[in-house]
Amino acid sequence: MMWEVLKQIAKTGIATEAPPAAMEVEAIHIHDEILRILGRALTIREVDAGSCNGCELELNALGNLYYNLEGLGIKFVASPRHADMLLITGPISRNMSTALALTYEATPSPKLVVAVGDCAINGGIFGESYATIGGASKVLTVDYEIPGCPPEPIVILQGILTAVRYKLENHTK
Amino acid sequence: MEEMRSPFRIRRASVDEVAWEECALAIAQNHGQLVTLWGSQVSRKKFSATAVYSLRGEGLLWLDLPLEEISFPDISGLFPSAVRMQRALHDLTGIVARESADNRPWLNHGFWPNDYFPLRKDISGLEVHGQATPQNYPFVEVSGEGVHEIAVGPVHAGIIEPGHFRFSVVGEKTLRLEERLGYAHKGVDKAFERMGAVNGYRLAGRISGDSTLAYSWAYCMALESAWNWNVPERALWIRALMLERERIANHLGDVGAIANDAGFAFGLTQFMRLKEKWLRTNKELFGHRFMMDCALPGGVKEDISLAAIAMIREQIREFRSEVARLRDIYEDHSGLQDRFMRTGIVDHELAMRLGLTGLAGRASGVAHDVRVDSKSFPYTQLNVNVAFHEDGDVAARVSVRFDEISDSLSLLEQILEKLPAGEIHSPWRKTQPAGAGAGWVEGWRGGVFVALSVGKGGNVERCHVHDPSWQNWPVLEYAVIGDIVPDFPLINKSFNLTYSGHDR
Repeated sequence: MMWEVLKQIAKTGIATEAPPAAMEVEAIHIHDEILRILGRALTIREVDAGSCNGCELELNALGNLYYNLEGLGIKFVASPRHADMLLITGPISRNMSTALALTYEATPSPKLVVAVGDCAINGGIFGESYATIGGASKVLTVDYEIPGCPPEPIVILQGILTAVRYKLENHTK
Repeated sequence: MEEMRSPFRIRRASVDEVAWEECALAIAQNHGQLVTLWGSQVSRKKFSATAVYSLRGEGLLWLDLPLEEISFPDISGLFPSAVRMQRALHDLTGIVARESADNRPWLNHGFWPNDYFPLRKDISGLEVHGQATPQNYPFVEVSGEGVHEIAVGPVHAGIIEPGHFRFSVVGEKTLRLEERLGYAHKGVDKAFERMGAVNGYRLAGRISGDSTLAYSWAYCMALESAWNWNVPERALWIRALMLERERIANHLGDVGAIANDAGFAFGLTQFMRLKEKWLRTNKELFGHRFMMDCALPGGVKEDISLAAIAMIREQIREFRSEVARLRDIYEDHSGLQDRFMRTGIVDHELAMRLGLTGLAGRASGVAHDVRVDSKSFPYTQLNVNVAFHEDGDVAARVSVRFDEISDSLSLLEQILEKLPAGEIHSPWRKTQPAGAGAGWVEGWRGGVFVALSVGKGGNVERCHVHDPSWQNWPVLEYAVIGDIVPDFPLINKSFNLTYSGHDR
């Protein structure tokens, strides 16, 4: 059995792709920046604030071996207390507003907030209603927005790196 | 009793309270299933409750009950899955299920007033209710020596949708699980009423992102039936092709993630690799990794070329051998099978009594599948195998998924074989009549149902969408009893129900 597993691993080879050409230098730079400022990997807590789960599919896909997320020094964590960044999806359902606020409170500085997907940016197709607040920026300070319905993993990755750079530039100033 | 115009058999009748209860009883005694239940305000003073039942291979029965007061007789004694549907129905319309054992709010968490009913006709759904105080939700308490509670969610540890689980445990053993859902409620029913009927398919495709094809097809089917809109055959075949691709994508992800929850990360890595390849092909073929908005009223958005057909055929061969090899590894792995087998059991008797449906139902020996039951085109032209298993445990739900991946790969081959030439979309030319229609599609979780009522101007008067998770969430509470708490993620994943599709 173990032999079969090893054979499959060897046969699969390395499927990880190089980061998009335009990003490669930047990625290494960001990796160094992250280490310099934070002294460790960038940790992210994802909060689904009423998404249709499309964005979650792509965030999960970002963890597959094609994107080498942890190799870039980025890690999704289980608790906001361990997170540098919150990735928020969904049009911010009112029923999630309390949980979102508590999650934000529990996150230590620098509390980067990234809105992922059209819904988290402006409510998307759901908009603002009795049930949805219509965008993360209505309840929190959002540092960066990643549009798409849903944004593809590579777009999310670029967005995360750009968000870190913006925040760190402001941080150093 | 009226036969509705539809690609599948559905009869509609208006009943009084006595007939409402008698029908429910007769259907329950003959092992029919409750498909869905909803309420509507028909005019200023008129309300109705509607139930749709599946009559074991004889199509669906749509029963309207015009209400005298705004209440109707509870049917949850006969169909346990009706409890939450009735609670949601009340939160949306104010209509009460009389003598129901559980009247706690379900979708209303206290962020809008108790007497605010979004589906009322004098309500726009855009009202904002300022700062609210969330209500204390009375969970059922279990007491006894050493019993304690574990509260989980709505924010979970992984990249998962929001929901709350309250476990009552002694030691590591789960005595009781109570779910609280509704966190992803987005006011979808009312949002449909703010958009034209033709545009509704986009919203339908975002009720549960992982089932976007199933929902948008069901919505299109309802609208096309209401308007007697003929769809070219080629378009229906391409919809089936996309639906089977959606099923395979989700099953690939699930068999990987389930193994991961049993500590076998190799499975996740391998299957996420396959899923990524599959999604990239979707993007190449249809312009979107999940095929969102690719089924639209009147047909489909993208045609497939001969070159694409050759590519899909090649991919089918590749995936068949890759998945078979990995399935062998799973089945030979004693540690993995030890976690899978006899974990999270729903036996056939319990499944029938609680109305377990779809994929999870088939893993407990309930051999229903809309692709066969609805006898609708193009599945009538295909040889559909209904995969099922008797054991009702995690292993059975994994096994049914593996079987369905293989079956759907065969269906894709059959579809490519039979795909007729022709148009892929027929535009709407006539004036828009008022009417009602229904859509029923076997998504990868189970049957997705859409009921649509369209007004004269082409506006949506009422749209009710139903996910099979309404039936299956309550059964998960039973599946975990007696298992240890650390098995919950594994059991939960083996069902993989939708929060958004349920909360909508």
